[in-house]
Order: sequence, then structure tokens, then C-alpha cells
Amino acid sequence: MATLVLPFEKPVVELLERVQELEAAALGEPTLAPELAALRVETEKVARELFATLSPIQKVQLSRHANRPYTLDYIGRFVDQWIELKGDRRFAEDESIVAGLGRFDGRSVVIVGHQKGRGTKDNVKRNFGMPNPEGYRKAIRLFEMADRFGLPILTFIDTPGAYPGIGAEERGQSEAIGASIAAMARARVPIIASVIGEGGSGGALALGVANRVLVLELGCYSVISPEGCAAILWKDGTRAEEAAEQLKLTSADLLRLGVVDAIVDEPPGGAHQDHDAAAAKLCAAIRLALAELAPLDGAALVDDRYRRFRRIGSFVEG
Amino acid sequence: MAWPDKTPPDANEKRTLGKGVFRKCDGCGVTIPADDMVRNFEVCPRCEQHHKLGSEGWQLLLCDDGILDEWDEGLAPTDPLGFSDGRPYLERIQTSQKKSGVREGIQVGRAHLEGRPFAYGCFNFGFMGGSMGSVVGEKITRLFERGAAERLPVVLLQASGGARMQEGILSLMQMAKSVAALERFRATRLPFVSCLLHPTTGGVAASFAFLGDVNVAESKALIGFAGPRVIESTIRQKLPRGFQRAEFLLEHGMVDMVCSRLEMKSRIAVVLGHLCA
Ligand SMILES: [Zn+2]
Repeated sequence: MATLVLPFEKPVVELLERVQELEAAALGEPTLAPELAALRVETEKVARELFATLSPIQKVQLSRHANRPYTLDYIGRFVDQWIELKGDRRFAEDESIVAGLGRFDGRSVVIVGHQKGRGTKDNVKRNFGMPNPEGYRKAIRLFEMADRFGLPILTFIDTPGAYPGIGAEERGQSEAIGASIAAMARARVPIIASVIGEGGSGGALALGVANRVLVLELGCYSVISPEGCAAILWKDGTRAEEAAEQLKLTSADLLRLGVVDAIVDEPPGGAHQDHDAAAAKLCAAIRLALAELAPLDGAALVDDRYRRFRRIGSFVEG
Repeated sequence: MAWPDKTPPDANEKRTLGKGVFRKCDGCGVTIPADDMVRNFEVCPRCEQHHKLGSEGWQLLLCDDGILDEWDEGLAPTDPLGFSDGRPYLERIQTSQKKSGVREGIQVGRAHLEGRPFAYGCFNFGFMGGSMGSVVGEKITRLFERGAAERLPVVLLQASGGARMQEGILSLMQMAKSVAALERFRATRLPFVSCLLHPTTGGVAASFAFLGDVNVAESKALIGFAGPRVIESTIRQKLPRGFQRAEFLLEHGMVDMVCSRLEMKSRIAVVLGHLCA
């Protein structure tokens, strides 16, 4: 499925393709099984080694990989009885955020996630995963519904950021994001947020005020894109590589800084190489996070979320 | 090093004096006595152009007798990311402290407004563009917490370019922290009056700034989520005249009122009179 290969991931992608070929051949030829097993071990080893040396900007590129699984890819794999709910009841339906009801692990949940498109046409429809205020107002509507019906909330974060447009400003992009943060802060239900790709600034955080925040191994989360940061600091958007290093936006950095609670590892070569395996891992991590929150009642959940964010920051007092 | 002593002894004094006596208005271009400008809180008496007003000016404008019992003065930033854009972050902090004369991007405390005690916060735009890092986020969070504990309404004056890049993701998280604190404050049924000054953009706009029970915008202030240049480069169009100005926000229903700096205190007093039990 690797139709798009970044230069630095080429050795791994080639090995993965050989594994696939051998898998197909081994179906009719059982004697190939040992060779296939050995090749799988080799591929995993090469992938681990290569991915251990990736620079922050390479991880950013992978977090934006065109083949990466998006919110609906995960929903399709571990959510039953999915029913999408549309519209903000005020102005429009925003397809860069999907929202709805589904069953996760046997219980009904509310799901809200950014949604990028595949290919140009789909991406135009999804606005490249950049929501307008209507997307956030739909999210708020669903968060409030979850609170009313006592349903846990699962969010999936994957956006370059909220859309910077004239209409977005006219219709209150700032207010919509702030209000979404507030709605999440007060919801009396468990909330699990998963950064599955790009966590772009306030547009990402608007879906990120959770009791537990998970990040996929190659997910990134940042106050500003490396390109934007470089443009401001050095008036030179091409220095994104340096900016990516300064911003400390990789999953390991996020864990160290206390911004995320756990890293969900990805299959060899990254989630984009194996959507099923990536979904299985994320599903298990969300299940675990929900189980941890099971003893807490509504008020305790709000307190837990407050304390979680209350302690983030670095300062001295004197 | 020996300098040829050509400078007459009172030249410096004269220069300060010369600069101090008259000021040219950025709006109408008329030369105005500097004292008149200061007394008028940097609002031109002829054309009402609002010039930059520092945090000490705002304190004088909003707090009775200009008196503020400051809270959390001692909070100081660290460098959690080891950030450098060529110059280390902490060095930039020091430079900004010297230049602006304040320690961080916000000042908070307890004061009185037309006799009524209230919790006051005011961004220092002169300090790294009023950007919100950990210290600003913490001080706002404590402002709401302490406001709730002491049963005080909160009036927050914003002037900020947004989240502080140099503290990366930790700055972004201050948005969630402060808004969560505001939500708790709200539950105590005390009013929050949000004042949007020039400029209020980015992460500060997109967190608590629009969540006031009442939102007051300063005349002609630039207020928005994305900066005008970012929008222009995204949509490749010229922006309409007056876009993202306070009056534009009023027209689009995002703020309750736009007013001159000089009317702000009396308007807020009326609002608090209605909302405070
Ligand atoms: Zn004038």
C-alpha cells in the first residue's frame, strides 16, 4: 500500500514489500515459512534501528504521511455500530471534524476526531483537516451530549491547525476553540484523547482536554508548526528542521514534559504501513486508559482532568 | 576610554525635555503636549487615537487610586526546552525584562474598581509580546482560583500575540489549564469580564479571551485567531479594510461592546454592579 515513500524510509519500505511478496508466495508453498519468519525478524530489526535515528523533522513528516491512518480508519477498525452525527446547528457541517456515536469495547461512546482527506478531491472536502469554527461547535455539541448521557468521549487529534481564513475569523474561530476547551474541561465523563498524527496548536488542543492523552509513536504535538516557527524566528520557513528540534514535539519529548500520559508504539515502518496493526495497538491503549478511569464518578473525573492540566508548566517561585 | 568632552552638560537633559514636552499623535499627526497625552492615558484628545499604554498606565486607569495589591510577583520563567533561536531563551527573557521594566508577561492582584474589590489581571504586551508561557498561564490560573476563593469578580485585560513559542507545547497547555480554571471559577457564579486590548491574537484569543460573561473590546484593537499575514498568505487575497478590528468583531457578534479606553472603567463598573450579588 506504500504508494508514497519518503526518501529516508525507503530501506524499510523495500523490506516490507519483500515480506508481502514472500507472504503471497508462502500461501501455496509451506516450505517458505522459515524464510518468511526470518525476513520478518530482519525487517523489524532494520525498522527499529532506522526509526530510532529519525530526526524530529523526519518524525513530523511521518506524522503527516499521506498513507497514515486517519480517524475514520481507526473507527472502522475498532468501533461497532458507528453512526456519524453532523452539523453544528448554527451555520454549517464541517467535514474536517467527524463526530458521532459508536460502541467501543461493548459500551456506547461519543467520538470526535479531525479528519484529513485522501487525495486532492477528498482533501478539499475535508479542508486538509483544518477545521472552521463550525467543526469545533459540532464537537462542543457532542461533548455536551456525552455529558448529558454519561457516555465516555474518545477524541482523535490530527490537524495542521485550525483554518486561518476570513470566514473563520468572522464566525469566531477563537471563541469556538476556547469554548471547546471549556466544554471538555467540564464534561463529567471519562475523556481519552489520542494524537494519531499531527497535533497542530490550538486547533488540536480544542479536542485535547482529556483525562488521559495518548500519542502514537510517530505523532507530534506542537504550539506552532516547525515551518511557522522558523518563519517567525528567522524569517525563513526553510529552517523548519532546526525549529523542529527546538520545539520538542516528538512523542518522547511529550512524555518527558508530562503533556502525554503514554506513547502507543507503531508497527514496523510506522502506522501507515499497517493500519490493522496500528489500530489494534491504539485500541488496546484506549481500553487500558478507560479501565483506569472506571472507578471515578463524574465529579472525580472533572477533578482528575483539572489536576492533570493544572500541573503542566515550568517556573520558579521566589 | 577617554571621550572628547564636547557635549554640553545639559544636552541630555534638554533632549529628554524636548521629547517630553510635546508628542506627535500617530492618528492626526498633531503635536500634543505630552502631559495631556499621559493624563489622557495615551488617547489623543483631538482624534481619540489610542497609543500604547503600559501596564502601569492600565493599573492607574482601572484600579482605584492606582493601587494594586500584587499577587504572585515572584513567579519567574525557566527554560524547559533548552530553547535557542541563536540566543538562549533565558537571555531573551533578561533582555525583555530590562527593556520593559516588568518581570513577566502579566501582572495580577487585588484592587478596587469604583469601591468594589476585584481580582485584576493585565498583560504586559511590552514583555515578549505579552506571550503566554508557563508563568502567564500559572498566574491566570491562580487569578481565577484566588478570585473564587476570595469571592472576587475577575477583570482580565488582554494584549498578547498568543502562546509563547520558546516554551513550546507547555505554552499550548497553558490554554487548557487557564480555561479549566475559568470553568471552575464560573461554577462559583462570579462574573468574569474579559477586556480585549490591542492586540489580542493566537492562543490567548483562542482560550479565555472570548469566554467572558461580558467581552469588552478596546476601540480599533486588532483581535483575532490567526495573524493577518498568516491569513493573507493562506488565502492569497488582500484582507478587507477593518478586518479583525474591534468594530469588526462587534459587527460579527463576538464582543458585547467596543469602547474607548477612557470609558472602560465606568462600563465595567456598571456590569459588575449588575452581576455581583
Ligand atoms: Zn490625534
